[in-house]
Amino acid sequence: MSDPTIRTAERIDLLAAETSEGAQELQFRRDTASGQLGREVGAVLRVDGRALDPHSVDFDRRDDETMIINMGPSHPSTHGVLRLMLELDGEFVLRTKPIIGYLHTGMEKTGEELSYVQGATNVTRMDYLSPVINELCYSMAVEKLLDIEVPDRAVWIRMLMSELNRISSHLVWMATNGMDLGASSMMIYGLREREMILAFFEKTAGLRMNLNYVRPGGVAADLPDGWQDDALVICDTILARTYEYDDLLTGQPIFRNRMVGVAPMTAEEALALSVTGPLLRSTGVPWDLRRSMPYLAYDEVEFDVIVGTYGDNFDRYAIRLNEIRESIRIVRQCIDMMPGGDYRSQDPKVTPPPRARIGESMEALIHHFKLFTEGFHVPAGEVYSAVESPRGELGCYIVADGGPKPYRLHVRGPSFVNLQAVSLLMRGGSMSDTITVISTIDPIMGEVDR
Amino acid sequence: MAPPGVVVSEGLAADLCCFPSREQYFALIESFRDDAFEMCVDVCAVDYLDYPDRWLPEGVVATRFEVVTNLLSLSKKLRVRVRVQAGDDRPEVASLFTLYPGTEAMEREAFDLLGVLFTDHPDLTRILMPEDWEGHPLRKDYGVGKVPVQFKEAPGPR
Repeated sequence: MSDPTIRTAERIDLLAAETSEGAQELQFRRDTASGQLGREVGAVLRVDGRALDPHSVDFDRRDDETMIINMGPSHPSTHGVLRLMLELDGEFVLRTKPIIGYLHTGMEKTGEELSYVQGATNVTRMDYLSPVINELCYSMAVEKLLDIEVPDRAVWIRMLMSELNRISSHLVWMATNGMDLGASSMMIYGLREREMILAFFEKTAGLRMNLNYVRPGGVAADLPDGWQDDALVICDTILARTYEYDDLLTGQPIFRNRMVGVAPMTAEEALALSVTGPLLRSTGVPWDLRRSMPYLAYDEVEFDVIVGTYGDNFDRYAIRLNEIRESIRIVRQCIDMMPGGDYRSQDPKVTPPPRARIGESMEALIHHFKLFTEGFHVPAGEVYSAVESPRGELGCYIVADGGPKPYRLHVRGPSFVNLQAVSLLMRGGSMSDTITVISTIDPIMGEVDR
Repeated sequence: MAPPGVVVSEGLAADLCCFPSREQYFALIESFRDDAFEMCVDVCAVDYLDYPDRWLPEGVVATRFEVVTNLLSLSKKLRVRVRVQAGDDRPEVASLFTLYPGTEAMEREAFDLLGVLFTDHPDLTRILMPEDWEGHPLRKDYGVGKVPVQFKEAPGPR
């Protein structure tokens, strides 16, 4: 015990110093600047529509009347390693601050070390519940820089896969949300249905998650034989099951008590906080990039943008449930309208020569080797591409310097931004609402921390 | 659309790019906000330390750090990208917190990973890295593989 670096339960101060995040943590009121204090209590708007209102903040409240507690980073309902610091007055939450970074692995820095060919394997691991959409966003940015056209079939395959991915992501949300609220049957059902989609992914891309399927120039492989039947079975089964979820959850009194009217948000607040996706749509703003700024072939398919009214937990639940049904509609149209042709660009700059050519042509072999060791060179420039991920606007900002690796890769993760609305949503809520608020924000910590 | 004195150029993919000076930056964003750009989608910074043959429109003096702000107008369905040269040794631009409260975390991220300072930011602390981390990892002179892995209580450069 003479060694001062030995950690034991008796050395509370040492343990505290080890886990402390210092100034990142929720501070006492007397140590907090007024703007930050307003943010932590969830004040966002003034009458003119934007700035913080310091007058709504109770500066005189004494710190010894309240209690600051930690929730997380390892808490079953924080969906990963999210740590919330809450200031409580009895059961009620006065201030909230999310503390993140526990899953930070420097993926943006890693992206600068990987070639454009390898880059998709990196970004696909950010939002691990919607890998296809991550790859899509990254590939679209690279294709804009390269100025290459993607064949029709690749566009529609991408659309099919991203909608299936959206369904699977929302199913996991339904599952975990159900478990957070004690509806543990929903946990089993959600993951059971998701399994069908993962099996389809495995058949198509070879992997269940982190597919590296969408790549700059197209997709990695064509759809397998009989994919239409598999996709139709998925559509029919999951559509029927969504009505079972309705029966199970929508009218259930315990579920409704914890969702309806809890943690509301107005459209102005959502816009000011840059919140996107189901959170923004729940406030009544019909903003869906698939409809508003169409990419791929979303302007050729029919679907509805689901919006809510009150911006509360229940609206966010209803939007996600109905988005599953809309995605099924899009998948069905993809099955009917899937064009023939190439599944990847035939531009030799980005696409390796066919396997058969490598055996007979030295040049093809060299070309193949160059493409996968050095990678292709991308013209200098900078580009921002955005797609609608299940959580909101997923953006990818790439600065290229003419070499085979991105000079700077920045990903605008929707979870990262949406998570900052937690202070607002917790305003006036009780401790138990924290669980539902985190759940309906649907943060994926891999994307928050990157 | 942009006030006089601000350099404007068409970026790739028909995104409008503005290149204000540091002094013009806040006023420009404010004018965009009043001009129906309801949302600030993204704020990030780039370190152009060893970028070869950097191109910028005429009249813009290149500095090492650049802050890139993406604004979105939902009513016009339009995006605009504002690229401001933030400085070399002590990069600093105005914080957009009072215009768009949602930029708070994005600016903290840019500060944490690249060391760009944001004037009048309410809580400019690290957000992704541990509190006692040294250096800003996304800077180009922060060597990959040249720094011992930093763990708490591990012997290292700290």
